[in-house]
Amino acid sequence: MYPIVKKEKLADKIYLMDVKAPRVAQYCEPGQFVIVKMDEYGERIPLTICDYDREAGTITIVFQTVGASTERMVSLEAGDAFADFVGPLGCPSDLIGEDIETLKKKKIVFIAGGVGTAPVYPQVKWLHEHGVDCDVIMGSRNKELLILEDEMRAVATNLYVTTDDGSYGFHGTGTAQLQALWDDGVRYDHCVAIGPMIMMKFVCKLTKELGIHTIVSMNPIMVDGTGMCGACRLVVGDEVKFACVDGPEFDGHLVDFDQAMKRQQQYKTEEGRAMLKLQEGDTHHGGCGQCS
Amino acid sequence: MDVMTRVPVREQEPQVRAANFEEVCLGYNEEEAMAEAARCLNCKNAQCMKGCPVSIDIPGFIAQVKEGNFEEAYQIISRSSALPAVCGRVCPQENQCEGKCIRGIKGEAVSIGKLERFVADWAREHGIKPKKAEETNGHKVAVIGSGPAGLTCAGDLAKLGYEVTIFEALHEAGGVLVYGIPEFRLPKQKVVAAEVENVKALGVKIETNVVIGKSVTIDELMEQEGYEAVFIGSGAGLPRFMGIPGEQAMGVFSANEFLTRNNLMKAFLEDYDTPIKAGKKVIVVGGGNVAMDAARTAKRLGAEVHVVYRRGEEELPARKEEVHHAKEEGIIFDLLQNPTELLVDENGCVRGAKIIKMELGEPDESGRRSPVEIPGSEYEIEADTVIMSLGTSPNPLISSTTKGLDTNRRKCIVAEEANGATSKPGVFAGGDAVTGAATVILAMGAGKAAAKGIDEYLRTK
Repeated sequence: MYPIVKKEKLADKIYLMDVKAPRVAQYCEPGQFVIVKMDEYGERIPLTICDYDREAGTITIVFQTVGASTERMVSLEAGDAFADFVGPLGCPSDLIGEDIETLKKKKIVFIAGGVGTAPVYPQVKWLHEHGVDCDVIMGSRNKELLILEDEMRAVATNLYVTTDDGSYGFHGTGTAQLQALWDDGVRYDHCVAIGPMIMMKFVCKLTKELGIHTIVSMNPIMVDGTGMCGACRLVVGDEVKFACVDGPEFDGHLVDFDQAMKRQQQYKTEEGRAMLKLQEGDTHHGGCGQCS
Repeated sequence: MDVMTRVPVREQEPQVRAANFEEVCLGYNEEEAMAEAARCLNCKNAQCMKGCPVSIDIPGFIAQVKEGNFEEAYQIISRSSALPAVCGRVCPQENQCEGKCIRGIKGEAVSIGKLERFVADWAREHGIKPKKAEETNGHKVAVIGSGPAGLTCAGDLAKLGYEVTIFEALHEAGGVLVYGIPEFRLPKQKVVAAEVENVKALGVKIETNVVIGKSVTIDELMEQEGYEAVFIGSGAGLPRFMGIPGEQAMGVFSANEFLTRNNLMKAFLEDYDTPIKAGKKVIVVGGGNVAMDAARTAKRLGAEVHVVYRRGEEELPARKEEVHHAKEEGIIFDLLQNPTELLVDENGCVRGAKIIKMELGEPDESGRRSPVEIPGSEYEIEADTVIMSLGTSPNPLISSTTKGLDTNRRKCIVAEEANGATSKPGVFAGGDAVTGAATVILAMGAGKAAAKGIDEYLRTK
């Protein structure tokens, strides 16, 4: 069992948990993810790693309730435990493997959307700890849904906050904020965008025009998370890749987002929807916790 | 009674079982088992044993069954096999022990598999466990993967006194026995969990949720956690797809995904959260045992199921018994046919397939006659689910994170057949990770050979 040592509600439907999982905490790196399963009956739910404490042996996860399984997860409190918690899975962020001096010469911007702020945070923190500057644009639908703002401010060189409804910070999307910065003469040569697929799609459309190399973190439906089932396959360039072992990060300009978004709907459609409505009374989702 | 024919084994009626997940074959009772055992000629130079990858003393255990000494029969089997209740159910006996049975020359071979199953089930029902080593020898061995290869290797090493820990990536032990083979062929709780418990009873520890190559590497296990030898039995790996248009559509699954959702995640049971979608009309592409499992699972979930296979009936790689059971249950076989494209509707869901008919040409390098497309024979078939069952390619997680571990050009780990030794000292391997997708019993044979190899390595180190 994997005990929950802390639980915090960050915003409406968004929760943070610190979970004791020493084997995961020992070697995990920013960019990787875990799969959690709350009990015998639960789904295997992939969640990105938001933070880790190697000494305490804990992993911080952030998730949004998007369907019955994540809804059920909210019932867990500090002192309860996950039946299963496996990781770290996937490849660490490309930035982690690069030479620090090379990184310092790069002009890096992160664009985080919604719960995508959680997986962006450890990367920015890692860069900050290694003396590498980077800017962060983080956005949400409104002020109430913003998460980890203080944490991010502490590690980002410049932090730009956006809300879709203008209730706080820049009025508009992260993509619009990037365009505005660019128009003001700010230049970047490396972008990491993590958030809902639709957001990543539009960021990539813009960065392609602007010529900014862009990495995205994909969050498709998964089952085992170790390369065995192929549920998470997506088309990158002309190749079929498995997000769990080849990703989750990919060159955003090569990802076929339209297809990936359709595949995300797998269990939201037709009989899938009807069957799940019957079983769960709500629409369903792979459980990535990153879709708004 | 006619000694030339087998004592028939009771099965669920095809129409009944096609709508449930209960076990198809009901097995022998004591009287039936003793009657079948009496057909064994107890050959001095037993050919059946030569056909068994783990060399069970087959005439020995059958002689005990004949006398009604079922516990003694069980101890004879468990000297060679850690998983008799599994093997009795899923081994391709017709090509192994039973294929060599002298009775089979003039009549029907002795039903060795069903007898093995009976003995293992009887032992479980009577609470009989395999015998544990008197004391441990203090040497630690890590086993990666809790499938047939890993369980066998771990069990054999534990009997020799080693302190063995199995690392399993999934949340439940058993490997393909829990995620791949369906409940109706291999009951999970009754049979697999019980066999895993037997391995644990030998002193083996199992740590689930550890992905070797990610959570921890082999080098770290050996350098930091004190394991003196490692056995890799990590299984087959990544599912293959055809590379035809439409394969990324919704409703197209690998057999691994479809079976994992159903078997490991128990999607067929109401109270489990994981969803599965079988649809009304399912195409399964492929003709192996996994294809049969996927087809029969889809049938039980209520679909009309077509198995589309590019060669003919004779070439079907699945066991005869599986094909026979599938046909009885109403699976439709579209043989000598192959999909060239999957048809997708405006929502991105698969709606059917374009299929071309094939004929058999010259034998290829595998010795099988290779299928050739018949020009102009294409037709369309409707389907709302397509399951690709085309085998797997090796998972690079371990080979790419272990220094000095050689792989071959198919990316399988290179290991010596006799003792499982790899290019890296102290590291042994066996099962599908070495051979590519094969059978449970071959993996067990490899696990057994590696246990012997590891014992020799550690005793002479």
